[in-house]
Amino acid sequence: MAATDVIVNDETGVGEINKYDFRTETHSVFKARKGLDEDIVRQISALKNEPKWMLDFRLHALKVFFSKPMPKWGGEINLDFQDIYYYIKPTEQQGRTWDDVPAEIKDTFEKLGIPEAERKYLSGVKAQFESEVIYGSLKEDLAEKGVIFTDTDTAVREYPELLREHFGKIIPTEDNKFAALNSAVWSGGSFIYVPKGVKIDFPLQAYFRINEENMGQFERTLIIVDEGAQVHYVEGCTAPMYTSESLHSAVVEVIVKRNGRCRYTTIQNWANNIYNLVTKRAYAYGDAVMEWVDGNLGSQLTMKYPAVHMMEPGARGEILSIAFANKGQHQDAGAKLVHQAPNTTGQIISKSISKNGGRASYRGLARVEKGAVGSKCSVVCDALILDDASRSDTYPYIEVLEQDVSIGHEASVSRIGEEQLFYLTSRGMSEAEASTMIVNGFIEPLVKELPMEYAVELNRLIQLQMEGSVG
Amino acid sequence: MSETLEIIDLFVEVEGKPILRGVTLTIRRGETHALMGPNGSGKSTLGLVLMGHPKYTVTSGDILLNGQSILEASPDERARAGLFLAFQRPVAIPGVKMADFLRHAATNVRNPERKEGEDLMPMKEFRQELRAKMAQLKMDPDFARRYVNDGFSGGEMKRAEILQLAMLQPKFAILDETDSGLDADAVRLASQSIAEIGGAKMGLLIITHHDKLLEHNPPQYTHVIMGGRIVETGGRELADELHRNGYQRVRDEHPEAAAMNDTNTKPEAVTA
Repeated sequence: MAATDVIVNDETGVGEINKYDFRTETHSVFKARKGLDEDIVRQISALKNEPKWMLDFRLHALKVFFSKPMPKWGGEINLDFQDIYYYIKPTEQQGRTWDDVPAEIKDTFEKLGIPEAERKYLSGVKAQFESEVIYGSLKEDLAEKGVIFTDTDTAVREYPELLREHFGKIIPTEDNKFAALNSAVWSGGSFIYVPKGVKIDFPLQAYFRINEENMGQFERTLIIVDEGAQVHYVEGCTAPMYTSESLHSAVVEVIVKRNGRCRYTTIQNWANNIYNLVTKRAYAYGDAVMEWVDGNLGSQLTMKYPAVHMMEPGARGEILSIAFANKGQHQDAGAKLVHQAPNTTGQIISKSISKNGGRASYRGLARVEKGAVGSKCSVVCDALILDDASRSDTYPYIEVLEQDVSIGHEASVSRIGEEQLFYLTSRGMSEAEASTMIVNGFIEPLVKELPMEYAVELNRLIQLQMEGSVG
Repeated sequence: MSETLEIIDLFVEVEGKPILRGVTLTIRRGETHALMGPNGSGKSTLGLVLMGHPKYTVTSGDILLNGQSILEASPDERARAGLFLAFQRPVAIPGVKMADFLRHAATNVRNPERKEGEDLMPMKEFRQELRAKMAQLKMDPDFARRYVNDGFSGGEMKRAEILQLAMLQPKFAILDETDSGLDADAVRLASQSIAEIGGAKMGLLIITHHDKLLEHNPPQYTHVIMGGRIVETGGRELADELHRNGYQRVRDEHPEAAAMNDTNTKPEAVTA
């Protein structure tokens, strides 16, 4: 199919400026009927030729999902679970080169800039379209060093022991309703293993694309960073805008062993009809460092609180969270730090912006377990509200079960001030340009932590959100 | 034809309280005017209203830039038309680097038709110019990497304002107490700097309590504002006299304006 089959969506009136908002005409290989029950789960498992243990894992998770009530906190979830496609297989098999990928899907990712980024600065790429990873690459020298970067379905077949040792151990099925849902119907996602002492210089990137209306995407990611190893994993996600809701519910588990280092960066830019309900948790062992950089700009409702459990002395957890809530959006984002061993260090920095009636909430936990003496934990959350219609809330939970620890919490809420706007406009900036400048300044301390390419991307997305901000 | 900034019988209120009560003043490009007056006389208000601060309402009168009324123009349109206000108390913009801010400002002022998102002036050209201007003002190059007015000392803020004046080269500039909070040496440096960056080519309205800032920028005219009206206009010698003797003589000669001024400075009044 040719590039002309990609339809720019202008129903939303933003088709011209939002390069992510386009639909791809595809011919999926297999599309399960809408709805969720045991048959669907069995069908997904059978299509993937899974071992019995995985089918059992899924069926158990389905029961847990149905048995758990909807969360009564966070955002409002008005979702009909029977009106969603739980599995769509877009292609027969995963491509090893972009030429192996069907033209219309390749074109989709070209538009999103993935092959170009891959050529310029990435160590490897996974591209997921609907339920399956349709393209995967990894630099040869890394493969030779024993690095594994594959989709999780392949890992079930090819690395069963390594996968089973950790799969569902960091985030058990029973953890929450949406972790259970993912466990029942998961498909795709990344499986990464970085062997002892191997340091990967350039990021590994995964890109998730939802194309179909009423789609549910449930990727499952597991990252194991062995002793002294190092990796930066980046994920991006987009979808076209539809009038009815779609669901994205991922589970991400990360293990960073002694002296290892993992940075996990997310730039979430889902369309504003998507519920983004994700569970992310990492275990960091002795002197290991785990960093989450979590940017939430899209979705209708996001509920996501990346966690670091510091399991052994010297472990370090850092979470940077950026949320932008525009019209019709609720970003219930945050972070969790759990100090389970002595002399561990944790830091949360959260910056949220709300605009045009958007709602941004910070929800976070800082917990020091008994025995975690000498631990340090610092939480800073700042909110910027751009107009009177918008809202910001802070829900910080602090649980300290040990003496001799250091806990810091600071929070601020500010509005774009008339004096700041006047100062900038008196220097020739239009009001819109001045607002954008103030917002970019607000998140600058976080953006400067990102590699240049992602900092540019994030600034561009903020720019997009700010366009037309002044009536 | 000389360029002019004309203030015609201007009445201004803030939150319903009258502050300016009929100010008339014409500045030609190339002239320097000193504006002096006691606290609460309306000096800063005049600067802010010329720049288009949304809090101030013009109830009658007009402001003309080269014959065109700018009352309806937004602050950015006024800046692009060649007007500049050096703030008495500039606000901080955390996270925005001086260099980025100046590059946006300079681009917009030099290319008044520019829309948001269109190209900025070339980085190389901008950097060279900024470096040269900062060297001229004896400023540390690191200054360009700091966030706008964030954590600046009083002196640094005033120097940052002068740097902006140097980069933007406006047709008309109002300097609102660019000497306040500075020690004698710093004021002398500021005065020198304004002269060096070509202050004499602009039309300058220098609002000040002292004569030090005027040292290198001798005014052709000195105006005394009291109770929201210009009550006296003279030459350089008037500035010297006021600096030496204060405002008592002027108060005695204009009891009505003095009484009005006292009303403005009562605790419940808005300070102007």
